[in-house]
Amino acid sequence: MEKITEFKNIITDSYAYCRKYKEETGKKIVGYTCSYTPEEIIYAAGALPFRLFGTNEGIHLADANLQSYCCSLVRGILEEGLSGRLDFLDGAVFPHTCDSFQRLSDIWRINVAHKFHLDIVLPVKLNTASARQYMIDILEKFKKDLEHALSVKITDAMLSDTIKTYNQIRALMRKLYAIRAQRTEIISGRDFHSIIKAAMIMDRPLFLKTLGEVIAQIEKAPGGEIKSDAKRIVLAGSICSHPDIYDIIENAGGVVVWDDLCTGSRYFDGVLDEKASPLAAIAQRYLDRPICPAKHAGLTDRGENIVRIVRESKADGIVFLLLKFCDPHAFDYPYIKEMLDKENIPCMLLDMEEQLPAAGQLQTRFETFIQIL
Amino acid sequence: MKKQILEFLKTILIFSFGKFKKFTLRFKKTKTMKDMMIVYYSEAKSARLTGKKVAWITSGGPVEPLLAMGIIPVYPENYGAMIGASKMGGGLCEKAEAMGYSSDLCSYARADIACATINGGPLQGLPKPDMLVCCNNICGTVLKWYEVQARYFNVPLFILDTPICHTEYTPEIAKYVRSQFDEYFAFLESACKRKFNYDRLNEVLLRSFQTQVLWQEILDTTTNKPSPMTAFDAFFHMALIVTLRGTPEVIDYYTALLATMKERVTRGIGAVPNEKYRLLWDNIPIWHRMKWLSQKFASQSACLVADTYTSAWCGTLKYVSGDNPIDSLAEVYTRIYLNIGVDEMAKMIIAMIDKYDVDGLVLHSNRSCKPYSFGQLDIQRIVEQERGIPCLMIEADMADERSFSESQISTRIDAFMEIIKEREETSKK
Ligand code: SF4
Ligand code: SF4
Ligand code: SF4
Repeated sequence: MEKITEFKNIITDSYAYCRKYKEETGKKIVGYTCSYTPEEIIYAAGALPFRLFGTNEGIHLADANLQSYCCSLVRGILEEGLSGRLDFLDGAVFPHTCDSFQRLSDIWRINVAHKFHLDIVLPVKLNTASARQYMIDILEKFKKDLEHALSVKITDAMLSDTIKTYNQIRALMRKLYAIRAQRTEIISGRDFHSIIKAAMIMDRPLFLKTLGEVIAQIEKAPGGEIKSDAKRIVLAGSICSHPDIYDIIENAGGVVVWDDLCTGSRYFDGVLDEKASPLAAIAQRYLDRPICPAKHAGLTDRGENIVRIVRESKADGIVFLLLKFCDPHAFDYPYIKEMLDKENIPCMLLDMEEQLPAAGQLQTRFETFIQIL
Repeated sequence: MKKQILEFLKTILIFSFGKFKKFTLRFKKTKTMKDMMIVYYSEAKSARLTGKKVAWITSGGPVEPLLAMGIIPVYPENYGAMIGASKMGGGLCEKAEAMGYSSDLCSYARADIACATINGGPLQGLPKPDMLVCCNNICGTVLKWYEVQARYFNVPLFILDTPICHTEYTPEIAKYVRSQFDEYFAFLESACKRKFNYDRLNEVLLRSFQTQVLWQEILDTTTNKPSPMTAFDAFFHMALIVTLRGTPEVIDYYTALLATMKERVTRGIGAVPNEKYRLLWDNIPIWHRMKWLSQKFASQSACLVADTYTSAWCGTLKYVSGDNPIDSLAEVYTRIYLNIGVDEMAKMIIAMIDKYDVDGLVLHSNRSCKPYSFGQLDIQRIVEQERGIPCLMIEADMADERSFSESQISTRIDAFMEIIKEREETSKK
């Protein structure tokens, strides 16, 4: 499927893609850190929202600003910022979620010079009326800040157009997820991961067009049904930018059928109300969407959602990825594990450091887990 | 059944002990810290008997509305400090780890989560909460920690969400936090099933602000040379401003403490014999090594004259406006030290360096506390650039004593003091 190669090429060297994109279109590029970024507003402002994934290799510059007990996502993003490799960015946006991201924003502001630096200090509660109002207020503020930073005027019409594009992208992504949950063989885990990542990087209308073509091809192509003996796995936990995991799970006899990752289904969950006022629609989606543990929407919402995902995707077990030093996820793990135990859903915890354990070792661990399913 | 009766008798005992203490104490000039804490904890522990409600609250949270409603506030973080000081942190953290909590989480949280499930820890554990009040102005950890406890105790949780002021306190934040105070009052009304007492709140607030002024005055006596107290003393005396600000007893206590300090100043008595060097401390104390550290620095004629931690409980007084104290609450509780940007923190540290005339900065890089520690490397660099004083960063954990390396840290402190001494000597020449 040559169309998928397009995505793969882009994510293999996303920085080169951005530089070229900038040259060809003259558009601005805005870096962002987390799936709580209202990308729609950035895109409506005529800029390309570019998700920062950091690096998993050779973090050393960041040591001058961040202690070793900080998660590798934050350290890796800072490393890229300090290295100058992100010099194509016009600015960066930091939505508030966890303590580590909070301080990353400060350290970035002090040490990494781009044309602008914007904080979006989101509410931590997503389940009260005043928090909803505050969310709308700060989206309004963000819009103004961005207009100022990019010297543009963002009209409601521009926002509405973007919202339509994003709704289409998300609908197609959900479609792709649904197809793959049935016909996993049709597209490898690694390729699947490339598509998800490309969605957060590529020119969005172009992404939408290409994804449409990929899905059309897949729908025409026969077969690929999940092997009858393959075990169905749900991935949950901290952000995952390790494409290898999908492959290793597949080699071990499993197949990832769904996830609860912010670099996965949570990115695509939720529809923006095209009839509501644009900012209210964006705010509402954050309130309705399954939450990240850095936010609050009740005491057991997240656990219940994970159980629901497992049931709906008819999964046999769940792999919980925990990035070392990631507080929000580490606090949630014990209660979610307890809930899964009660539901008799087998669960495997994978502690991840900067780099994954050696592939062979990891495969053995997955095999052991998959055998008990 | 028998166990319940025993439990009941024990509570009565503790309770009457508290009352008795309170009674006898009236004859003393001022109560000692220990006496006050005993009375406080025994009252809290006998709340079931006296029909009072207990709320667990975060250290940076607004306690005044609780006092106005006659609810007893209990501070797991203060308790965490006690756990740390009594070197019980390691054991309790281990228990939490066995429950599935990562060893990289805040040790106050780990210790408290473990402690709740056993009748252990100092004072045989904290009294059970009727409600939880979590203010995230200090960190995101408290949110997760209080969620855990709300599930465990199955009691209502109120979250006061105070968005961080990276570079500014915006009108959006002001409006949001102000409206949450009304939600907070309503939450307390429904928890106590009676109307919120606004008059009492105003009284308590006035006392609370008065206490904060007193506390700042006490801390400021250390601008004198020699300094009449050290940061280690402040770490000890701070327990009351954290837990009981807004009560009349605390005003008495701090008034007496201030008088003592002033007298020491007049008589030229220093906390450290032959004070030669003055240092500033950043971050939460290393509770399990207080004595050791204080002796270590004193033996080098160095006095820790100030710190960024204890001053956090009076740092936002500037935002109090007289006419309507309730309206100041949003700003007072949102703009505290930890809820601002790293660059602003650096500015405040530089102001403290000047105010207390210090020769060096000691930064505790605290594995437990990410919002307090991430950014310290930048603060260190900024301080070195702007004031040129030596800085020392030591990595430790405030309440988990397990990985503390005394010999290594001792060597580093010696080396740091050497640099300070050399600087002093060259500047004399
Ligand atoms: S895990 Fe949560 S805070 Fe971290 S990047 Fe994802 S959505 Fe953002
Ligand atoms: S939520 Fe976890 S993984 Fe994400 S930035 Fe925060 S600490 Fe790191
Ligand atoms: S993370 Fe820091 S501020 Fe939060 S509870 Fe722990 S020590 Fe206190």
